Amino acid sequence: MNWYGIKAIYIHEMERFRRTLFQSLASPIITTSLYFVVFGSAIGSRITEIDGINYGSYIVPGMIMLTILTQSISNASFAFYFPRFTNTIYEILAAPLSSFEIVLGFVGAAASKSLIIGCVIILTANFFVDVRIDHPLLMMFFLILTSITFALFGFIIGMYAEGFEGLQIIPILIITPLVFLGGSFYSINMLPEFWQKISLLNPVLYLISGFRYSFYEVSDVSLLTSTLTILTILIGCIIFITYTFSKGYRIKD
Amino acid sequence: MKNILEINNVTKFYKNSVKALEDVNLNIKEGEIFALLGPNGAGKSTLINSICGIVNFNTGTIKINNMDIVKNYRTTRKITGIVPQELNLESFETVWNNVNYSRGLFGKKPDHNYIEKLLKQLSLWDKKDNKIKELSGGMKRRVLIAKALSHQPKLLFLDEPTASVDVELRKDMWDVVKKLNKDGVTIILTTHYIEEAEELSDRVAVINDGKIILVDEKDKLIKKLGEKTIKIELFESVENINGNLSKYNFTLDQTNKIISHTYNLNSNTTDITELLNDVKKDGYKIKDINTEQSSLEEIFIKLIKENNNELVRN
Repeated sequence: MNWYGIKAIYIHEMERFRRTLFQSLASPIITTSLYFVVFGSAIGSRITEIDGINYGSYIVPGMIMLTILTQSISNASFAFYFPRFTNTIYEILAAPLSSFEIVLGFVGAAASKSLIIGCVIILTANFFVDVRIDHPLLMMFFLILTSITFALFGFIIGMYAEGFEGLQIIPILIITPLVFLGGSFYSINMLPEFWQKISLLNPVLYLISGFRYSFYEVSDVSLLTSTLTILTILIGCIIFITYTFSKGYRIKD
Repeated sequence: MKNILEINNVTKFYKNSVKALEDVNLNIKEGEIFALLGPNGAGKSTLINSICGIVNFNTGTIKINNMDIVKNYRTTRKITGIVPQELNLESFETVWNNVNYSRGLFGKKPDHNYIEKLLKQLSLWDKKDNKIKELSGGMKRRVLIAKALSHQPKLLFLDEPTASVDVELRKDMWDVVKKLNKDGVTIILTTHYIEEAEELSDRVAVINDGKIILVDEKDKLIKKLGEKTIKIELFESVENINGNLSKYNFTLDQTNKIISHTYNLNSNTTDITELLNDVKKDGYKIKDINTEQSSLEEIFIKLIKENNNELVRN
């Protein structure tokens, strides 16, 4: 293993995060605070409890998941697309690094950034509502696994994007709607039966549900199904990246 | 001297079926400066990008230090460095971070003393804390060289190292290249500045339309393919060429006082002695004589023209 190479990519990416620390952290903190004001206080005051949990507290895991998913994707996609755009990728391709090591450096950094932001959001949420974490290890398990999985997904977008606008299409058109419709702000039990069945087709529902279970021991689907879903997406992303790298597609053409 | 790089039957197609390299065979000796000449789009960059692992090639083998670059990519890439043609750098990073980052990528543990020495050698030390965007074009080019040398490679590829740089910086770069070579680094440079190849290289290859059309030592190439022109300046102008001089294929300048006659150095005999005798026989007095040798540039143009004509015929 080229550990120095992995470390170089990781530190290089984290350095970019440090340089833009204010906007990296300010944006999710402000957005989260706004969600709490709007959903937690304004609208939430009319919805008392869901599954016995105060509405403001109930939406915390969903909001963290929303941020983790979007941040992991945008961090990893930008991190890998940027050297392609500036052509500095030549150096990474010419270095004695395997595709696994390249992915590890980029995805590791993107997931780390998301984890930091996720922790900051938990702290921010504490200013607005009571946050209880019944299973901290399970919570960390979901947080880390989701960060890595969606950083891998972002990496794929970074490999395939043909412009900066391409980096935004999938997060805006697919991920954000899936998160909003995946029970971030409600339980699917509140939906008519037909829409409950439709919601079960949304993979993000399983992530949010499992993550929420680690906080309050309430969930829309079983913990096992949630875990298997996230692992399936993770393996799918790994297979896709390995295949793309082995063909050199869009990178070594 | 042993070969540090061996390229055998390498072919590369791009996705749109454009053949970028066709059956390329080339050996590079350890310690030499090798110039790869060719017009734009000839395949120079594709060839060095294939060697460095930046693009995949379709068929053939490439070996560095007798090791296959695909099977032994870790070992071979560790001793290889590349300076790209474009100024591809992270604008918001400092020189210091940029160069140390490159060393890390190539699997070397940090060595701040070496990087300091390198930056000093390349006159970049006082700029080490500057962001790349604050540097001039020449400085950026030096940073690219520093990055390529950060892991102490034995084989260095310079892709158009002096493209779009002024004359002064070009000479500066040449000094850097000569110094590196003196320190034991084998250098392969691609260029379409013939003057550069003439100044720096030990051997030259000419590539056109993805094919290597010639490989030779630079001096031999000039000698083998070069033509010389003798210029005979006379005291009086040539009024008619009906006398002994009529048998020569020469040209006259505007004043009719300078006779220019071209001959090939490679032929067994030249007719210079006879020409000088005939000038004398026709009653002209010689004021001065000088000779001019054809440059590598003229040879290059001639080769490319011949190759293109051959391609059209085929």
